[in-house]
Amino acid sequence: MPEAQVKMNVRSAGEKASIIDVQGELTAFAETVLMDAYNQASDGRVRAIILNFEDLEYMNSSGIGLLVTLLIRINREKQRLLTYGLSDHYRSIFQITRLDDAIAICDSEEDAVRAANSA
Amino acid sequence: MTEPTPQDQRRQEEKLNREPRDAAFWAQRVERLEVSDVPEGAANLNVQGRREVGALQGFGQLWQKTYRVRLVGIETTPEEVVRVWKEHFPEFQPPNSRFYPSMAGVAPGEVLFISASVGGMPVYTGVRVIYADDESFTVMTPEGHPESGWNTFSAYQDDDGVTVAQIQSLSRANDPIYELGFRVVGSTEQERIWTHVLKTLSAHFGVNEPVTLEKVCVDPKVQWSHVMNIWQNAGARSMLYTMATPIRWIRGLIGRRNP
Repeated sequence: MPEAQVKMNVRSAGEKASIIDVQGELTAFAETVLMDAYNQASDGRVRAIILNFEDLEYMNSSGIGLLVTLLIRINREKQRLLTYGLSDHYRSIFQITRLDDAIAICDSEEDAVRAANSA
Repeated sequence: MTEPTPQDQRRQEEKLNREPRDAAFWAQRVERLEVSDVPEGAANLNVQGRREVGALQGFGQLWQKTYRVRLVGIETTPEEVVRVWKEHFPEFQPPNSRFYPSMAGVAPGEVLFISASVGGMPVYTGVRVIYADDESFTVMTPEGHPESGWNTFSAYQDDDGVTVAQIQSLSRANDPIYELGFRVVGSTEQERIWTHVLKTLSAHFGVNEPVTLEKVCVDPKVQWSHVMNIWQNAGARSMLYTMATPIRWIRGLIGRRNP
């Protein structure tokens, strides 16, 4: 099976939030990388996970499915999921798949961090 | 942290506005489904004007089901399998789950009408193709469909170089009636349908291999906030439509006699 064409970097964004920088392709093959990044990003105090999609190069429908399973897992931990850095194209995909009903889309890292830490 | 320069901002804007590789594979966003061409034999019931619903908008438990068949013993590519699948999609369905593609076939944005029979009850609905590339295509359900979510039909080569055809469903029952139905008998019926599809697809290639199924309950909680989805239930509406057929026939007869 092809390798995941994605890298994810985890960094802190204050006491209550972590950022996962997504670089590359979000497809079914990214599952392990994404879940490992989430495990790294999430500790007992983190209340919000922020996905940075500025360097997202490609996403298919399986990638959307991954985001759904990630969201379910995040909600189970009573955390929130936010995003920023989505291009118009990927914002449209979030709307088509109605992910925007449950995942906040912010205009910048600053906005996302502010929203994450204010909840 | 230093402030971004105008050059940085321009580069960032260019990056955001550059069309990505997957742009052509996704459907355009629509507020509600609009259907202009209804294929012969299909019923435009519970499709026109409906919103699409994903895995987050349904009522029931969220299940991910992955059906696979290994096309052992033949030389074929994932692209060829998906090409054939798109071309013969209706023919691979069982008789109680008929699909009617538009003239454009399985392509991003196209609606596939469905006439199904569930436990003897007619269900007229449809799905829209939201994604299609050379190795996969994904359909998303509208309000009222038994499921809220999407099905992805794909093919890939496994570590042994064998082409595998796969159907992956990520969805919830759309409302409490469907959830009850799935828990009692519908889930088995659904699994039978997708198993039939993969068996028929593989038979097209001269392969007779078992279909495997992996089931994961991604979210065991039902979503009571979506209980009112029941008003859109396509099964109930289809049944009422069918029961009213004699009335429509009589009205048509009266209309023809008294133009």
